[in-house]
Amino acid sequence: MKPPPFGYRAPRTLDEALDALAAVPSGKVLAGGQSLIPLLNMRLAAPSHLVDINRVAGLDTVHAGDEGVRVGALARHARVERSPEAAAIQPLLGRALRHVAHPVIRNRGTVVGSLAHADPAGEMPAVLAVLGGTVEAASARGRRTIPAAEFFRGPLESALEPGELAVSAFFPAAPPRTGTAFAETARRHGDYALAGVAAVVTLDEDLRVSAARAGYLGICGVPLVLDLAGAAGPAGDWAAAAAHARDSMDPEPDIHAGAEYRRHLAGVLTERTLSIAAAEALRRAGV
Amino acid sequence: MEECFEVALTVNGIPRTASVPARRLLSDLLRHDLGLTGTHVGCEHGVCGCCTVLLDGEPVRSCLMFAVTAAGHEITTVEGLAAEDGTPSAVQRAFRECHGLQCGFCTPGFLCTVTALLRETPRPTDDQVLEGISGNLCRCTGYQNIVKSVHRAAELLQEGEG
Ligand SMILES: Cc1cc2nc3c(=O)[nH]c(=O)nc-3n(C[C@H](O)[C@H](O)[C@H](O)COP(=O)(O)OP(=O)(O)OC[C@H]3O[C@@H](n4cnc5c(N)ncnc54)[C@H](O)[C@@H]3O)c2cc1C
Ligand code: FES
Ligand code: FES
Repeated sequence: MKPPPFGYRAPRTLDEALDALAAVPSGKVLAGGQSLIPLLNMRLAAPSHLVDINRVAGLDTVHAGDEGVRVGALARHARVERSPEAAAIQPLLGRALRHVAHPVIRNRGTVVGSLAHADPAGEMPAVLAVLGGTVEAASARGRRTIPAAEFFRGPLESALEPGELAVSAFFPAAPPRTGTAFAETARRHGDYALAGVAAVVTLDEDLRVSAARAGYLGICGVPLVLDLAGAAGPAGDWAAAAAHARDSMDPEPDIHAGAEYRRHLAGVLTERTLSIAAAEALRRAGV
Repeated sequence: MEECFEVALTVNGIPRTASVPARRLLSDLLRHDLGLTGTHVGCEHGVCGCCTVLLDGEPVRSCLMFAVTAAGHEITTVEGLAAEDGTPSAVQRAFRECHGLQCGFCTPGFLCTVTALLRETPRPTDDQVLEGISGNLCRCTGYQNIVKSVHRAAELLQEGEG
């Protein structure tokens, strides 16, 4: 089908974009269009106006510094996935991006758009959540920084308010002796996952587990983050951590998979990703 | 009357213009406004890959982009892959040679995707080929001959016949 009619603005600067969004409060931002245009084509969405940010200067940025990786609103999935600087500072980002749709979709879709879209089966929300990252939002009224834990409100619902543009997202760096891993199960490669896990394990100087966190996609309406360090213990009993994770979640069934199957998948993927992350943490500790 | 926008872009090396509403998909601009019906439309929601064209050399879904967003950019469609004298490109010849198509509906998307894939990865492994074409669906061939075609195209390009 074809999209319904809408008013269209294509601002050139961030200020113009924020003014355009303020002028049409029911307007929507158009970034990569890889989620929004399917919704328009299927007539599941009919915004009065679109503010196309593809021509806004200065949003196409990927900055990797000691603190972490800051990704601008126009940085496409493919660009972030292939950035060696981003991979050196926070490898989890690229590892998860490889599971987002197909390479051709990743040429257009943006990381920040994925976050704003807040799909419960999306990889980027789970990664931002498990890393404790933030989203920087701007509107004609000013700017604010929204922590991941407050950003995802429900399925396809973020904390962005009408008139707000997500300018960038920040993915914190991996501390020393930290490893990460990502795995998911999808019916076909490139499809939205039935369940997926982003795991982060940090060891202390004596190589005992000091932190173990898992971020889940496809389990409930918002990314679920579980602290599994207690269940795993200092020696890293990943089977026990996975059992604890299974008991701590209440997966939502849908036409693609039932709750029990999702819980089972989450358990298997938890054990697998935590042990891969722990092995990487050991390597990074020089062992 | 719906507001129209002047869109100027380069398609297969030729500057083109059209006056279209903002909701005109790039795929429809190419097919309906510019008469380039080589680009096929299957699902119109990003899944099948038939509508894949090159935007400044990179493969994108033309059904998931508005013509107004493409203004000022360079588009290559399947009509632009052959040489100026009409000689098919290495990728096109490989698909013909290896029977990489049957009904041909999916073929324009595969050709554009594979053209870009081999530019970036001139000697792809089987896994790289599968990953590279994973976003393109074919209801006829069963993919085996498409995978062969990609490897054959890589050979042809390597031999400098491309
Ligand atoms: C076939 C197919 C398969 C896919 N598979 C996956 C998958 O497996 N995993 C996955 O995560 N995604 C998948 N996607 C979606 C893809 O990752 C999208 O690119 C992404 O979800 C949205 O990014 P976008 O830049 O395209 O945003 P758009 O489609 O432009 O926008 C999406 C939503 O976010 C809002 N928005 C976008 N940017 C901003 C901003 N800067 N500020 C405020 N609001 C904003 C828009 O208003 C809109 O509501 C798939 C898409 C397709 C077509
Ligand atoms: S028509 Fe564009 S992907 Fe199917
Ligand atoms: S050749 Fe018929 S769909 Fe691919």
